[in-house]
Amino acid sequence: MAQIAMTTGFILILVGLYGALTNRNLLRMIVSFTIAHSGVNLVLVASGYLNGRTAPILDQAVPLAEAAERIIDPLPQALVLTAIVIGVGVTALMLAYAYRIYVTKGTLDIGKCRELKW
Amino acid sequence: MIRRAFVLLLLLALGAIFLDLLLGFVPATELNDTARYYAERSATDLGAANITTAIIVTYRGLDTLGEVTVLFLTAAIVGLVLALGRRSGDGPQRQLPPTGELLTTGKNLLVPLILLLGVYVFVNGHLTPGGGFQGGAILASAILLILLTDPLKRFSHGLIAAIESFSGLVFVGLGLLGVALAGGFLDNRLLPIGTVGELFSAGVIPIIYSFIGLKVGAEFSSMLVNLSETEDS
Amino acid sequence: MSENILLPLSLLLALAMVVAAVMAVRGRRSLPIAILAAGLVSLLTSVQFLLLAAPDVAMTEAAIGSGLTTFLFFFVLGRVRGGADD
Repeated sequence: MAQIAMTTGFILILVGLYGALTNRNLLRMIVSFTIAHSGVNLVLVASGYLNGRTAPILDQAVPLAEAAERIIDPLPQALVLTAIVIGVGVTALMLAYAYRIYVTKGTLDIGKCRELKW
Repeated sequence: MIRRAFVLLLLLALGAIFLDLLLGFVPATELNDTARYYAERSATDLGAANITTAIIVTYRGLDTLGEVTVLFLTAAIVGLVLALGRRSGDGPQRQLPPTGELLTTGKNLLVPLILLLGVYVFVNGHLTPGGGFQGGAILASAILLILLTDPLKRFSHGLIAAIESFSGLVFVGLGLLGVALAGGFLDNRLLPIGTVGELFSAGVIPIIYSFIGLKVGAEFSSMLVNLSETEDS
Repeated sequence: MSENILLPLSLLLALAMVVAAVMAVRGRRSLPIAILAAGLVSLLTSVQFLLLAAPDVAMTEAAIGSGLTTFLFFFVLGRVRGGADD
């Protein structure tokens, strides 16, 4: 289980980075970045999974006394929750800048933005 | 193409590193010490049934404060960057065909229910899966539905900003009260911990998480409203 | 759910996610399809989180990663008509 999810996560990172490095359209680059971001989150959550255990929420099914033997590691989940929320903020920022570039230059092709080339 | 070959070489090297990590990964069978501490202590110390919430709001509350700060900054920068290109004055309002009956009725029916669901999710964050971030996103999706039915609707930026800053101030204020009255910054034992599993338990965790939910909802709404108000060229 | 259902389900999800990711990244298809495929990757990731016993993360990913992000993309896509075809 954890290995499958982790392998998928690594593949998603590579696919996303490939797209971000080879596409020339800004919006396609941002789409690729969101895919790589999903991959990173998947790897992190998979690293905290323990076989045959349940979610870190105490209720009748998981009483406090056996919590340490029944639940999975809650820490990667908290970190990934933070990462997802930050990720959408970063995506919105990238989209706003892409829109500004489109307004000033009339194109989204990264090859036509030559001011920063050396 | 030399450029594509270089990219493939880079990805191949990265893939080799990932493969090495993957082959060396041994799934744990026991919780490590930190996780064991959280599992055993969060219910007795903090009274929160959802351990992830306990970590986010109290054990690592400072992280969350930083996170909402980053989110606030991105929302502010999105607003700034998009406002730079906007011409002052409203200009000619574009005429849109009226929205369909189905969409309008659906919006009137669904928006209160979606808002209620969002509030439920973040008020119960310490008992069930969910919490401030999820609830905030659900609140923002109600705003999104309103924007979809009426693209020319203008929301009050002042109201969104007021909700956002008020929630942020309450969050920091409750954290500082924890320094004065309880064990430290963002300590949740300002209020009695109560019984695990009840709505009014876990000290100030539900209150803090509710205000995080309002803040996050206001920030996402501000991003959506700013993006939808960009000039139609 | 027993383990012997979870394993094939997880494999199937992984396969679908990789296919959707490649669809989103390859430049041949039109941009709206790429954005929707990225949203699909996000949604399938959220199901995978649920199988990995992380309901909090699954909810966040479904609401934020899959819902809001896709709509942010479409808002911008609607503003850049003409720049979208590469």
